[in-house]
Amino acid sequence: MDSFQEIVFKLKKYWADRGCVIQEPYDVEVGAGTMCPETFLRVLGPKPYRVAYVQPSRRPADGRYGENPNRLYKHQQLQVILKPTPKDVIEQYLGSLEAVGIDLRKHDIKFEEDNWESPTLGAWGIGWQVMLDGLEITQFTYFQQCGGIDLDLCPAELTYGLERLAAFLQNKESVYDIEWAPGFTYADVRFEDERQNSVYNFEMADVAMLWKAFETHEAEAQRLIAEFAKAPSERFPVLSAYDQVLKCSNLFNLLDARGAISVTERVGVIARVRKVAVGVAQMWVKQQTPEVAA
Amino acid sequence: MDFLLEIGSEEIPDWMIEPTLDHLKTAFTKLLADNKLKGEVAWAEATPRRLAVLVTKLPKGQKTQTVTETGPPATAGPKAAEGFARKMGVAVESLVESNGRFTAQRVIEGRTTGQILAAAMPQLILGIPWPKTMYWLGKGTPRFIRPIRWIVALLGSGVVPFEVAGVASSNLTQGHRRLAKSKKPIKISIANYEQKLLDNFVVLRAAARRRKIEAGMEDIGVKPDAALLHTLTYITEYPTPILGAFEESYLSLPQEVLITVMRHHQKYFSVLRPDGSLAPQFVAVMNTDADPEGFVRSGNERVLRARFNDARFFFEKDQEKTLAARLDDLKAVTFQKEVGSYFEKIQRMMSLVPEGPARRAAELSKCDLTTEMVKEFTDLQGVVGGIYARKQGEPEAVAQAIYEHYKPLSMEDSIPATIEGQWLALADKLDTLRECFRVGLIPSGSKDPFALRRAAQGIVKILVEGEINLPLANESEALKTFFEDRIRHYFRDYPYDEVNAAMAGGWSDLKDLKARLEALRAVRTTENFEPLAASFKRVKNILEQAKFEGGPVDPAAFDDDAERDLHTAMQNVRTGVGYRQALENIATLRPAVDRFFDKVLVNAPDPRVRSNRLALLFQLREKFSRIADFSEIVIAQVA
Repeated sequence: MDSFQEIVFKLKKYWADRGCVIQEPYDVEVGAGTMCPETFLRVLGPKPYRVAYVQPSRRPADGRYGENPNRLYKHQQLQVILKPTPKDVIEQYLGSLEAVGIDLRKHDIKFEEDNWESPTLGAWGIGWQVMLDGLEITQFTYFQQCGGIDLDLCPAELTYGLERLAAFLQNKESVYDIEWAPGFTYADVRFEDERQNSVYNFEMADVAMLWKAFETHEAEAQRLIAEFAKAPSERFPVLSAYDQVLKCSNLFNLLDARGAISVTERVGVIARVRKVAVGVAQMWVKQQTPEVAA
Repeated sequence: MDFLLEIGSEEIPDWMIEPTLDHLKTAFTKLLADNKLKGEVAWAEATPRRLAVLVTKLPKGQKTQTVTETGPPATAGPKAAEGFARKMGVAVESLVESNGRFTAQRVIEGRTTGQILAAAMPQLILGIPWPKTMYWLGKGTPRFIRPIRWIVALLGSGVVPFEVAGVASSNLTQGHRRLAKSKKPIKISIANYEQKLLDNFVVLRAAARRRKIEAGMEDIGVKPDAALLHTLTYITEYPTPILGAFEESYLSLPQEVLITVMRHHQKYFSVLRPDGSLAPQFVAVMNTDADPEGFVRSGNERVLRARFNDARFFFEKDQEKTLAARLDDLKAVTFQKEVGSYFEKIQRMMSLVPEGPARRAAELSKCDLTTEMVKEFTDLQGVVGGIYARKQGEPEAVAQAIYEHYKPLSMEDSIPATIEGQWLALADKLDTLRECFRVGLIPSGSKDPFALRRAAQGIVKILVEGEINLPLANESEALKTFFEDRIRHYFRDYPYDEVNAAMAGGWSDLKDLKARLEALRAVRTTENFEPLAASFKRVKNILEQAKFEGGPVDPAAFDDDAERDLHTAMQNVRTGVGYRQALENIATLRPAVDRFFDKVLVNAPDPRVRSNRLALLFQLREKFSRIADFSEIVIAQVA
């Protein structure tokens, strides 16, 4: 039986062998691997790219104090971007399952329609949830738009839910029972993270501080977008502006978990995040065009 | 000759497949007609990964045709004749003069069927109207539902060559993703196509897959579910059902919750015991041939266990706070941004229903929106509220009304069974309509984000089938117009002119409208009815032309027996006797009306006689159009 980390090693090796850059997790809080610049920005524009990385993804509202066997505040995604999409992408994907020891001849695999959409990122794609014996293990998406911009090449995005995959392979009922490494369970590694952050996110996070931080990062993103519009250049810190967007997104999620955003306000706040996200996406595309790059 | 087309795609969403097959049949039929080719679309079949069509009895090609083309006038001279001959591709000597113009006999070589198909296929394939398409080769490239990965196009034994989205047609197909004998493409002919697919674990025909699923569940008491069966038929290429089990203890959860988890989240069939109660079992349909080591079964069981555990957690958490205690929380739940909260909505709903259980049900009806269960399983709104109300000791009538107040969910769905449920459903829907219309959220075209058509349709259905008299006449003009359409839709199985006629007699009371429609239908075929209806149309036209707006009938001013007789006959018609009898009575006016029009000139020179005759006709129309306006009846041969 492979440990959690062994499964990750095998998947990384599998995709490295297929020409992917193996990146490390991004160091700003994100809700999903899609939000990392390695996906959100790299899928834009005409340059081919292939990358795979594990991304710890924070969803404050999904926290359960470490008490629910299947729900986590922070879960680990393995994110693969293939740009452009190879013709045999599905076969390659199925090969990755076999690489971690799933004999597909003995299991049931289905591709069920599931189109992915992120209103906060102005991004959407067409695809499936991949069901293995009734368990959703991967979100498979052909990216169509990002930051409100049509994509030049159509990347395939594979997002593996690593805890689910590991629980499946190790036949565990609770994610906390997963063996992370020999002698260490998932609970040993992550339980306190789940419990303490649930306490903070639901009970103690200072709402006024979160709103202030949200507005600060939003203003900084807006300032950078305005500066770029005046004087675009090759060295302009578009990536730094994007970090501000990610901060906003995470703060929005924290406010939401804290119950500080009414249903009425929600749409408006999402629109604010989307606005800066789209602004940065447009900067990135423009920066990549020859006249700016020159 | 036969033509086989197979479009190999990545997994197509199940619900789009059948409409697409219908489209393909139509598109091929049109293609044949447009190109004057004989032939028949024999079948169109599909699995998630392929759309296949067989066209049979095709000729080798079009016939060669000789067409006479008319050119410039013969007087235009030799230059014009040469020009015309060149354009037509014939020798100038071959031109013939006909009716003063040059004409040319042009021979049009017929194209072969292969040429026609090769030219037409790319557009036919990319012209399929999918609900949502994607591109996969890059911006500006062809769009399809999912990437096209291979195309089989065989005319007889030969490949019809063309290319779509970078894929060249061939005689190579693919089998089941995992079960195919080899990962290499499979060479096929039209004759062995289905067998080769089957050898590689693809059951091409939906009916055969459906039968395979049904056969595999035959001895299990599966809860019938046609929609789920349809879905499973189209998300598998080689379906095989397996039976799984769950712990009995989960049966303490509401059955509706268990079924929703199994059906909507896991696409499982529920299993019923002989007494109709839920058994701790389920049937999953695999897209593979067998589960020799039980991995698939135990995997599905584990997933279901986790889902049920979640549901149990929600259920227990929800019991910490009664529905009644959740009322205040509804102030923070927005019904509609411009309209306000659900708390405000229930206040309005309460004022719309009679006192008693219905009012209590209205008060609690939206409280389940704050429960964990409904947040997780939104489809169960109402149902969860009803179950919790019962558990929390609310009267049965209250619980039942909450339980079913979202009904009817469609034209086919039944209305709430209890009168309280009907009132609550009416109040909920009517409030939604009124408020949305008030703030301008009126559906247009295909846009109806708040499902207002469904709400109005539900109201119509409840009023008619529940035989409730809730006058709709006091609603706003816009809403009344909206209801009119829904009423017509509800009565769409009745002849439209009868619906028009009955609605012209008023539609505020729908139970009454239905009674009048039934009566109209019954007398429509009787001897006197249609001729009388034709006369009413005439009456209407005469009154409209004369712009006559009513006046007293003065019997002393009659100067023809026909007038007097009609007037007397009108006095004798009894209408307060049930609609059918009343209509039959009215129909007896026919001879008198006919005679009136035979003998009498309405537009009499004497203004007093004339206006008296108009007054008589006006009274005729007024008095006898309350059940139905006969002038709306459309008659094949109007006199």
